[in-house]
Parts: sequence; structure tokens; C-alpha cells
Amino acid sequence: MRVAGIALAIVLAVALQTTLARFLVRGTFAVDLVLVVVVYVALTFGPVAGMLTGTVAGLIQDALSSGIIGVGGLAKTVVGFLAGVIGTQFIVAQSLPRFVVFLGATVLHALIFMGLYALLDVRHFGTPYAAVGGQAVGNAVVGVLAFQLVELLPGAVERRRMQRTRLRR
Amino acid sequence: MAVLDLRQRSGYLFLGVVLGHILLISAQVSSRTGVPILEAVTFGVFAQVQRTVSSGVEGVRHLWGGYIGLRHVKQENDDLKRRLADAEIAVQQQRALADRARGLEQLLDMRDHSALQLTAAEIIGASSTPDFRTLTIDKGTRDGLRRDMAILAPNGVVGRVVVPTGRAAKVQLLIDRNAAAGALIERSRAQGVVVGTGEEQLRMDFVSEASDIVNGDVVVTSGIDGIYPKGYVIGRVEMVEKNGPSYRLILVKPAVNFSVLEQVLVVTTPLAAHDGAGVDAGARE
Repeated sequence: MRVAGIALAIVLAVALQTTLARFLVRGTFAVDLVLVVVVYVALTFGPVAGMLTGTVAGLIQDALSSGIIGVGGLAKTVVGFLAGVIGTQFIVAQSLPRFVVFLGATVLHALIFMGLYALLDVRHFGTPYAAVGGQAVGNAVVGVLAFQLVELLPGAVERRRMQRTRLRR
Repeated sequence: MAVLDLRQRSGYLFLGVVLGHILLISAQVSSRTGVPILEAVTFGVFAQVQRTVSSGVEGVRHLWGGYIGLRHVKQENDDLKRRLADAEIAVQQQRALADRARGLEQLLDMRDHSALQLTAAEIIGASSTPDFRTLTIDKGTRDGLRRDMAILAPNGVVGRVVVPTGRAAKVQLLIDRNAAAGALIERSRAQGVVVGTGEEQLRMDFVSEASDIVNGDVVVTSGIDGIYPKGYVIGRVEMVEKNGPSYRLILVKPAVNFSVLEQVLVVTTPLAAHDGAGVDAGARE
């Protein structure tokens, strides 16, 4: 059930990433939804789940882009594993620590991804500090909101149901 | 103890997965000819998902915009946009024809270059990662598309086909970091190569310091790359600066607004019919 949920989340993230990018400003989606899903899974289920989610999601993204298959996979695998380790070693239950983890994960992902391409002399990204910074903040905001939504939604629905029941009485 | 064991096992698993990735990357780097089968198959399968999601999104948009909103106004607007796009394509073709007629080369070459075969295609998806500037279109090899076919829009050049599958194709935009096209300044005929920067801007390289170029000059395709037909608008010169002793740094604003593209035209005319000499400058790699 958990595996099916994660698989569905990955497919949805890739589908949304490829679909929404067309409708947003400048044709680029400044948030990597797939990376958000990887870090979310890592913080929720631990390093192994984060690593395997990163592997699968990264390879799918690689296969859909024009780059070398495995570079994004490797970057997301490392990020998923390390985020999972941080999630098990530290208390990452508040918004601020989660924000920092998403932020760090995005920067690390960009470092590995762009570093590998530069190392292989296949693609050079120059000095995209602003782009990476913007994406890091975007990912962190979306990630923290996703956590808030998943955690607060069941309680809010329950409170609303209780209120309705009370009003009927 | 169990926790320690689990950590050790996850560590080994992590190393194994990382090693697997490195082997996968190494295999591709050593043999970079053609499209990897895994890429083509995955792209082909996922294009169907993109098509479905895109259809769903389009359906909702059409329902809202066409029925709940201003139905008649939208229909009229769509019709006008279509007619405007047709007119702009015609202007582009006339411009290309006029260029050809001007040169001495055209006096000697009596072939008729005017009739480009174009196939309209709908954009059904964008790049799965922000680091690549690609689009997915709903036409593929079944519609006669092949790798390296040029993609045009009413405003100008969009890019080229990089991964064609049966019913969809991936298009590398001209603004992608790995994209390039032979180009010339329309007014002074100064030649160079336009390359993508990954942003909404292009750079024109290899233009001699002695060339006559000013801001606002129109940059068009030169056709020497064997991919893009000659005379189609790439953009306008936005900045000209000295770059070393021999060359100039020229920034070009693309004529096409890539973020609002919905339909494009694929040039299905065989490469031999283009003006170029067949030198593949479409990809910098």
C-alpha cells in the first residue's frame, strides 16, 4: 500500500511537473516536484525508502529529459538517503527544520547534478546561483506546505464534522 | 543490535545503488551514438501519460473557457489567432523567399526553395526537469517526423526534434544550453552561430569584430547547419559588446515566446532540400 502510494506520488509529480511548466512564467517550473516527493518520503519513511524513491524518480526524470540516464537518479538517490538519515537522527517535525532540510536537499541535488555533468564534460551550467536559490526556496515552501496539508487536513475535516453534528443538535 | 544491522544493510544498499548508477552513466558516456533504448521506450510510454494528462487539463480549460466563460468570444478569438498565425507564417515564407532572391547564390541555383512541407503539432508536455529546455509534441514517426527536423512557430524558430517516437516527439528548444543554429544578421549578412543559454535569451558566437551589427538587428537562420531552413527569424539583437580581440559578444532576444507556445509547425521537408551544406550544428555536443 505504501509502495503504491509512493509510486503514485512520483508519477503525479512528474506528470504535474511536465504539464504545469507550460502554463507558468517563462516556461520553466522553478520547483522540482519530484525532488519534493523524494525528500518528503525520506523524512517520513526513512533513508531506504528515500533512497529507492530517489532512484526510481530520478531515473524516470532522466529518461524523460535529454541528458545522461543515471545522473539525476544518482543525485536524487544520494539526496533521498541523506534526507532519510537526517530524518531519523534529528527531530524534523517542525516547519523550520523541514524548510532547512528541503533547502539543503535542493542545493545538494543541484551540486551533484551539475557537478556530474561538468565532470563528464557533457553540459556546463555556468554559475546558476540565482536559479538554484530560487528553486531551493520554491521546493522548501512546497515541501513544508505538503507536510502541513497532510498533517492538518484530517484534523480539520474531523473538527468540521463535529461542528456540524453540534449544530444539528 | 537490530538497529545497527538495519543501518549497515541500508548503507550497503546505498553503496550498491550508487555503484549501479555510476555503471549506468559510464555505459552511456562511452557510447554516445544515437538515442538510448531506455530513453526512447520510457519517453514513448510516458508520452501517453502526458497526452492523457494534457487532454484532461485541456478538457477542463476548454470547458471553463468555452462554455462557462465567454464561449463566442473565445471561438472568435481562436479563429482570429489561427488566421493571424497563418498570415505570419506566410510573411515568414515571403521574407525567406525575398532573402533568397537577393543573393548571388540564388541566381545560380535555380531550384525552387519556397515550398516547405509543414506539419502542425500540438504541445502536450514540457521538460521533466528545469535544467533542460524541451517540449513534447503530439506528432511522431507515424506522421513522418524524424530526428533533427526543424520546429517553427509563426514568430520564428522554436527548435529541433531530438527524440521521435511513434506518436510523440521530444523537441529541444533553441534556448536549451546544448542547442545551436547557424545564423546571420539580416541587414549586414554577418554570419555566426546562435547558441542557447538556458534562459530566455540567446547568444550569437563567432561573429567577427569587424562586422556591422547594432541593437535591434534581426537575426535569421543561415541554413548552413542543415537543420533549420534559411531566412527564418531567430530574434533581435539586444546587446553588442566587444569580446576579446577578434570576436563580439552578442545577446539575442528570441522572437518566440516559449512559455505561451501551444502549437508548432514541423518542417518535414527532407534535409537535402534545405539550403545548407549538411553540417550538423544543431547540437553543440
